[in-house]
Amino acid sequence: MTSETATLLEQTVTRLFGDLVTDSILAAAEDGVWPEQLWLALEKNGLTQPLISEENGGVGATWRDSYVIIRAAGYFSAPVPLTETIAAGYLLSQSGIDVPEGPFSLASPPDNGLSLTKNDQGTWRLDGEVLRVPWGRHVRFVIFSYENMIVSAPVAGCSINRGSNVAGEPRDNLTFSNQAVEAATGAFSSARIGALIRAAQMAGAAERALEEAVGYANERVQFGRAIGKFQAIQQNLAVMASETAAAGCAADMAFQAADYGEAEFEIAAAKIRCGEASDIVTATAHQVLGAIGFTREHHLNFATRRLWSWRAEFGSASSWALKLGQATIDRGGKNLWSDLTARNSNIKE
Amino acid sequence: MNAFRFDLCQLPPEAEILRQEVRSFFTDELSHLTPLERAASWDGFDREFSLKMGEKGWIGMTWPKDFGGHERSALERYVVLEEALVAGAPVSAHWIADRQSGPLLLGFGSAEQHHKILPGIAKGELVFCIGMSEPDSGSDLASLRSPAKRTDDGWLLNGAKVWTTNAHEADYMIGLFRTSTDPGNRRGGLSQFLIDMKTPGITVNPIVDLPGREHFNEVVFEEVHLSNDCLIGSEGEGWDQVTAELAYERSGPERYLSSIQILLALVDELAARPSERGAIVIGELMARLATLRTMSLSLAGMLEAGQNPGLEATVVKDLGTGFEQTLPDIAQSLIDLEPDPDNGSDLQLVLSFLIQAAPSFSLRGGTREILRGIIARGLGLR
Repeated sequence: MTSETATLLEQTVTRLFGDLVTDSILAAAEDGVWPEQLWLALEKNGLTQPLISEENGGVGATWRDSYVIIRAAGYFSAPVPLTETIAAGYLLSQSGIDVPEGPFSLASPPDNGLSLTKNDQGTWRLDGEVLRVPWGRHVRFVIFSYENMIVSAPVAGCSINRGSNVAGEPRDNLTFSNQAVEAATGAFSSARIGALIRAAQMAGAAERALEEAVGYANERVQFGRAIGKFQAIQQNLAVMASETAAAGCAADMAFQAADYGEAEFEIAAAKIRCGEASDIVTATAHQVLGAIGFTREHHLNFATRRLWSWRAEFGSASSWALKLGQATIDRGGKNLWSDLTARNSNIKE
Repeated sequence: MNAFRFDLCQLPPEAEILRQEVRSFFTDELSHLTPLERAASWDGFDREFSLKMGEKGWIGMTWPKDFGGHERSALERYVVLEEALVAGAPVSAHWIADRQSGPLLLGFGSAEQHHKILPGIAKGELVFCIGMSEPDSGSDLASLRSPAKRTDDGWLLNGAKVWTTNAHEADYMIGLFRTSTDPGNRRGGLSQFLIDMKTPGITVNPIVDLPGREHFNEVVFEEVHLSNDCLIGSEGEGWDQVTAELAYERSGPERYLSSIQILLALVDELAARPSERGAIVIGELMARLATLRTMSLSLAGMLEAGQNPGLEATVVKDLGTGFEQTLPDIAQSLIDLEPDPDNGSDLQLVLSFLIQAAPSFSLRGGTREILRGIIARGLGLR
């Protein structure tokens, strides 16, 4: 059931994104313009740290409640590191690091010979490169896991090599040199939590692509009638709608599980399932919208280019499937069903 | 923002306690089943087993106690269903009655029908079959022609029904017949009847299905006399009643778990023959399985809350039958073994049957194309 908090958050975030995320803001963001007004509005309305307790200045919401915010960020293609800030703030608070002022980025755990050492004064020092940091140039801190540590590195002192994903969202390489950082042990890895937020964003973007496709099919007239009246189009849109529903349920399932434990199974399943849905959703939307969908003039591109980007970020569907599948095979056919049902029963309202 | 509504559903503690009880019962009762028998899934027919399920109180679980039911929740019932499917329990003798005939009678039947029929279903004694399709009416159900004509003391039935699962075993059929014709309203003039299969004039002819079983049939009606009290609900309201019935038929976990025995055997086969590709595919299948179970449970939660998730059930059936239908092909693509119905490994055995059964998954209970048409209507395209 949807909680009161979630309903309130959804109303706020929908109104705010609806007012402030226009196609021109989206295009400007791709040209490097930081939407300051949008970010300030998100902060002012408490949407950047929903998971932080009320005593510590947050909203005290659950992951389940926060799903609506993160899904909406995907639906509206919000051109700000909102989902990364929410997830990074959670990692910091979980590992006992004070949550500073945002925005934050969340990066995949580096596997390229980073050096994290503690000096004699007990200060952690970071050397090396953190790759493809979402919104790196716009954030104050980047948070990532490294071995069993959560690291929070200030971006001010690093050198930035700018890059982007195919949706034009910043994905920057940050090089740190003897940088003082905060670090503490943390249970939740940035890879897993990154997969969690991207799954929900994909679910939201898929909903938007579905709406665009159905709306267009009802308006566009060819052969004397709306193309949505043709069975061939109806059948394809029905498949697309079912895939979109599956993506939403998979992500919702993972957010619910994240409130009760490591949720590794559910998060992997959600990233895989939302990735699978993205393949079908993007292909069908573009087929239905024809040439106008293949332009930067129509809104559809903001949703589909993000789906193509996000399905590959924080682990592709295949990389998560390899882990999930190997774990299933190791447990054997006799445990498959009892393991699946036991996961659900661990969750209590 | 959402085309459909899927509220996540958590099973209550009593349902999980029941699950353990159900599991240990199946372990004890079904140890003799071969992999091939388990693969028959909800097509497996065993009256003795259905009687035992009735004794345990696991048929008609949600029905009023006055009619032999147990007044338990739809979620507890859901747990029994999914455990039966995964165990490969032979549930066919009571499945149809428990799923749709009983609920239909509860919703539309007379008090007399309730008292006469429902306790027998709940005990696992009464086997039901469903008479809908006819030789010239499949997906276009409203075109059916088999007539039921009023007589002085009841009804006179003629015509034929086809693809009638378990008609050769059934004690009763719930049959949809044409009681009047109105060219302006194809869906009008249909009525449902409770038909004792021993009534003179009924002939059941087996039809051998693709895997070679004789479980579905042609049922011929020649001057079959029924008394007045055999009408279910109202004359001419058959279409709406059937639509409600189909919502029950489409919403259950049997719409994604029919070939689960393949997945269980495939996982063990891959443990013996490790491959990265195999692991990736299993991971993808687990993601689909977990998502389908979440969606299917959501339907159960909505039913428990008294809602009618007809559209959402259609979505889950389309996704679910796609999953169960693709499992034989996926298993075959991963494993270099022939399907073998006689001397194979567990996987080879279940594959030999389910390869042949799988085409029916997206036909029975409404074809894929019909379901997608319903979804398109839900999207506002029709």
